[in-house]
Amino acid sequence: MVNLKINNIDIQAKENTTILEAARQNHIDIPTLCNYPDLSIKSECRVCVVEINGQKKLHTSCSTVVKDGMVVKTNSPKVLNSRKTIIELILANHDANCTACPKNYNCELQSLANKLGIDKNRFPTVLDIQPIDNENPVLIRNINRCIKCGRCIDMCKNVQSMGVLDVMGRSKDMKITPAYGKFLTDEFCTYCGQCSSVCPVGAIIENDDTDRVWEALNNPSLHVIVQVAPAVRVSLGEELGMEPGSIVTEKVVAALKYLGFDGVFDTDFTADLTIIEEGNELIERITNGGTLPMMTSCCPGWINFAEQKYPEILDNISSCKSPQQMFGALAKSYYPKKMKLKPDDIFVVSIMPCTAKKYEAQRDEMKIDNVHSDVDVVLTTRELGKMIRQMGINFENIEEVPFDKPFGITTGAAAIFGATGGVMEAALRTVYEVVNKEELTDINFTAVRGTEGIKEAEVEIGGQKIKVAVAHTLENAKTLSEQVKNGTSPYTFIEIMTCPGGCIGGGGQPYGTTKAVRDKRIEAIYQVDENMPIRKSHKNPDIIALYDEYLLKPLGKKSHHLLHTHYSSRKK
Amino acid sequence: MKIKEILSKYPKESEYLIEILLEIQSSSKNHYISSEDVEQISKYLDIPESQICSVTSFYTLLSMNPKGRYVIQVCHDVPCFVNDTTSIYEKLVDMLAIEDGETTEDNLFTLEITECLGCCNEAPAMRVNDQVYTSLTPKKVEKIVKDLRGEEK
Repeated sequence: MVNLKINNIDIQAKENTTILEAARQNHIDIPTLCNYPDLSIKSECRVCVVEINGQKKLHTSCSTVVKDGMVVKTNSPKVLNSRKTIIELILANHDANCTACPKNYNCELQSLANKLGIDKNRFPTVLDIQPIDNENPVLIRNINRCIKCGRCIDMCKNVQSMGVLDVMGRSKDMKITPAYGKFLTDEFCTYCGQCSSVCPVGAIIENDDTDRVWEALNNPSLHVIVQVAPAVRVSLGEELGMEPGSIVTEKVVAALKYLGFDGVFDTDFTADLTIIEEGNELIERITNGGTLPMMTSCCPGWINFAEQKYPEILDNISSCKSPQQMFGALAKSYYPKKMKLKPDDIFVVSIMPCTAKKYEAQRDEMKIDNVHSDVDVVLTTRELGKMIRQMGINFENIEEVPFDKPFGITTGAAAIFGATGGVMEAALRTVYEVVNKEELTDINFTAVRGTEGIKEAEVEIGGQKIKVAVAHTLENAKTLSEQVKNGTSPYTFIEIMTCPGGCIGGGGQPYGTTKAVRDKRIEAIYQVDENMPIRKSHKNPDIIALYDEYLLKPLGKKSHHLLHTHYSSRKK
Repeated sequence: MKIKEILSKYPKESEYLIEILLEIQSSSKNHYISSEDVEQISKYLDIPESQICSVTSFYTLLSMNPKGRYVIQVCHDVPCFVNDTTSIYEKLVDMLAIEDGETTEDNLFTLEITECLGCCNEAPAMRVNDQVYTSLTPKKVEKIVKDLRGEEK
């Protein structure tokens, strides 16, 4: 242990802790800006500087390790003055038109300026307005708001192994951009949106589609329906001021009804459907010598990654559309038939924890009539939060309402799609019982749960032991993809999710998502599973009915047309 | 030398990036690193293109834009300045019809203003590719440029 003094308080800290950590452990607040939990220490912004006795220079507390006998001041006049100057200098080179920024009231720079009592700037603006990157339908990069903290670079390069963004130029000309100063496109960005979730300001944000939804809701000739992804029920509460991990499934339904949707449905239903189709595809590949290992296809960021970087393994990816797109396809085929509506009058909205889903919905392969997108608009959890605030709904106290029919019954297996390992577990629950023709004694496959980067398990299916693996983040996806590409993969079935923790940590989830927050959401999602009366997809009576009256059989002709797709190489 | 030959001389480790970039640039007739080069390096070292562009944009020595066959760098630091480097620079502007950072239409010359070349005792000085010229006068400059043009013919 190391003994030191911070602000005249005697403190004991473990060796190798930083001054910042030691201070926070003792409830002494040191403001930070470039620092983000779970990402590397950067010391870019200098906001966390402190004074150390006997040293002339100020030191960044995020990167300075405690030493025995150290006497630290975190709020001396010199420190406060420096911090203020640093923020003023950043503001002088920042588009600080706060009310015209989507991060207004959610901006770390804004709250820091407020905290430090900055109400005017001694420095005139030196901002040289640059064009906004809004070439793609998913992410908007406004470099005029960028404060060069480097969190996006760290996330993109080190967590996601993509390295789309980096520092270009130096000194006052330094900028964070893709290579050659290009704009973001589907050539090299997977649209996972993790950059937007860690950006402290409004420099990278999702393309806001809420206006298109308001317009549809106010159009009396449209029948506007909405689907809600599994991960949203454990995060929307947080977006609206509740504790991380609050389960708000039926509050979401109530709020969506209040907004005026004609039908509120659960993507969990088509997650169950995915399990039936994907499970049968796996069984078929195993019995008929198809391409193995089979890899999951629910995650659009992963599909973009595979199409850009690993076209060699596209045959390994399940041909099943994602639950979002299966819902879209049914919403424009089965649903209008059942409800006696015209497909053209149906407007489908998705609420997703994800930014890449916006791209997926616009793909040409996702139009069953080859003209109109099956899913018309995708909103992130954050965008739905915005609409609920706009409408003045008291979310926490809203009376709960169940999902609508005909997709009313869902299972616990579908709910866990939201966490890393969930699709695998849901698939195993079904594949095991269908092939082995016996009930599972324990349906909890705990080996594939948790936040370890790559998880493995072994299951006996049809008399043979198969190995399965689960990966989240693209860095880990890369490891497993390399094995598949080189023919050294020991697995039969692989689940891949792009975002840390799976969809509960998606790029469209509430700001401030850290490992601690993700853990709470994961806990909540398994709680949702535990609470469900049915926890296996193949036992869902609504799914059985859908096959009986419409789809006829898994992997059949109708399924093939509506629920399956193909992928193509986008490698340069 | 072809890029693949250059790359094959180096271990596949990102710490060799700057050496690779320097060699590619000096083997390029137009003293630059092309986007095709960046793509090849990215694949060879397994690092993102953005990281390579980040390095090239940091060092003024490295260029991603093609330059002329002859890159003329005129020193503008104090000893050269007091020895009338301005007239040297103006002579070049006059002869080549380009300014700092520009390249002639025939891609023969690029003119750049640079920091100290380390020849203060023989100021004013300039450098053409690797060759340094000192104690310059407008007349000497005229001859140098004419000779370079002659070499090309």
